[in-house]
Amino acid sequence: MDKVQNNKAWFLVLPVLVLVAFSAVIPLMTVVNYSVQDTFGNNVFFWEGLGWFEQVLTDSRAHSALGRQLAFSGIILAIQIPLGIAIAVCMPKKGFWASVCLVLMALPLLIPWNVVGTIWQIMGRGDIGLVGYSLSAIGIDWNYARDPLHAWITVVVMDVWHWTSLVALLAYAGLQSIPQAYYQAAKIDQASRWSVFRYIELPKMQGVLLIAILLRFMDSFMIYTEPFVVTGGGPGSATSFLSIDLVKMALGQFDLGPAAAFSLMYFLVILLVSWVFYTIMTNLDKAEGR
Amino acid sequence: MVATSDTYTATVRRAALPKVRARHVVMVAYLLFMLVPIYWLAKMSLQTNQEILGGFTLWPQNPTLDNYRVILTDASWYMGYVNSITYVAMNTVLSLAVALPAAYAFSRYRFLGDKHLFFWLLTNRMAPPAVFALPFFQLYSSVGLFDTHIAVALAHTLFNVPLAVWILEGFMRGVPKEIDETAYIDGYSFPRFFIKIFMPLIASGIGVAAFFCFMFSWVELLLSRTLTAVNAQPIASIMTRTVSASGLDWGVLCAAGVLTIVPGALVIYFVRNYIAKGFALGRV
Repeated sequence: MDKVQNNKAWFLVLPVLVLVAFSAVIPLMTVVNYSVQDTFGNNVFFWEGLGWFEQVLTDSRAHSALGRQLAFSGIILAIQIPLGIAIAVCMPKKGFWASVCLVLMALPLLIPWNVVGTIWQIMGRGDIGLVGYSLSAIGIDWNYARDPLHAWITVVVMDVWHWTSLVALLAYAGLQSIPQAYYQAAKIDQASRWSVFRYIELPKMQGVLLIAILLRFMDSFMIYTEPFVVTGGGPGSATSFLSIDLVKMALGQFDLGPAAAFSLMYFLVILLVSWVFYTIMTNLDKAEGR
Repeated sequence: MVATSDTYTATVRRAALPKVRARHVVMVAYLLFMLVPIYWLAKMSLQTNQEILGGFTLWPQNPTLDNYRVILTDASWYMGYVNSITYVAMNTVLSLAVALPAAYAFSRYRFLGDKHLFFWLLTNRMAPPAVFALPFFQLYSSVGLFDTHIAVALAHTLFNVPLAVWILEGFMRGVPKEIDETAYIDGYSFPRFFIKIFMPLIASGIGVAAFFCFMFSWVELLLSRTLTAVNAQPIASIMTRTVSASGLDWGVLCAAGVLTIVPGALVIYFVRNYIAKGFALGRV
């Protein structure tokens, strides 16, 4: 749709601008402030320059938190994207059962994140949880509070349970938009099920899949509540991802300077990914001729 | 045309019968994976604490509603739901009220800096709450809003306003511009046109946006916990605090969990066809 040039439209976006500026810009400026200053308490601050940034950049704790975070996001994407596509392909295309699948699949997405944590905290326990009890029964000494590997598996399975449906729903929406004529053409060419998927469905899903990958990357990159409830970041710091580490630093120890510097660099990564996201979105819109 | 495509699907179904079965198996397995943990939570919510810790059972031996009774009769518990619903509702109304005109502007006009503004809104949807927890705490403490519902409602606009703007913009683009032009020619003023004609046209979009604002505010814990202490404490935060202090009453914890799932489960049926669009910020 060709839009009309009209700068008076600014009046319509002004309320949003004011509100979001209040809840985003002011807090962010506080962070910028802290990141370049030091204090000995009593609200006396002095200039610190880029010291905190250097400290965080060379800090092994921050490095390992980032490493864990990237590993986690990588594992999450590697499992959820293929699984989500598979589920979408297997879903009924229309009718009563399609609705049933949609509603049941979306259920985990609507559960408060701490309840998701609670659910899996319980599921993994050896005494009262289904998974933990079953594993103990077949002779595996399952304890996610003591064994880092078990903690990781629990957190990953939890995230797969929580968010795979999002990928599946997006892929399903992509599949729904493929015209029936494509399948008919494939039928005439006697294409196998695999080539239908490879040459028709996958290319047509490209756009939604990119959205799915970016959303899952972003949301797994700032995961906090679920692992915090299940493992509290432990054992040791085995599952302390970036957000958990940051909250520990800022609200637990009140190390405002390093925490602020850490936040800003964290935010820069987010900005970069958001920009990729935005570019893809607008290109998709253009491709659809809207 | 209809007949041909029907025959076509019929042939495909007959030819690919084993495959159809395989996909049923995959689908059922996945749905079981989705539902078993929720079943487990519901099961434990119907058991007494002694029964839960006493032995491993797949279903409650003596189902009891005592855990729900504890929550629904104790003000320190059920006020958590009231608090959550209060700030969630405030946030939803606030987000939609500011997002509607803005989404209209983005969908209909080009103006100075529109693309930058749209992008900036997106970055706020993507911003990690952990970065904002401490500054929010200080900001709302300094203006005397700490531990009020409005503080949490305002804090959640950080990600809900961008979300609402993006979703609504996606829906508004589907409405032909000729409708606006005709209305203006007929002598409608902008506010009258917007409320009388335009909003009914995108009613489903408003519903979906409201659902997603409601949902993301409902599931969020970090900010709502940081910004409240007693008076506006959300249920999610009460679950994490009092339960661990009183020696972990699993039954009550699970009952509280089940009750937090109910609101979403009740309305999900109505938005089932728009869920993907909502999660993808109006772009599917």
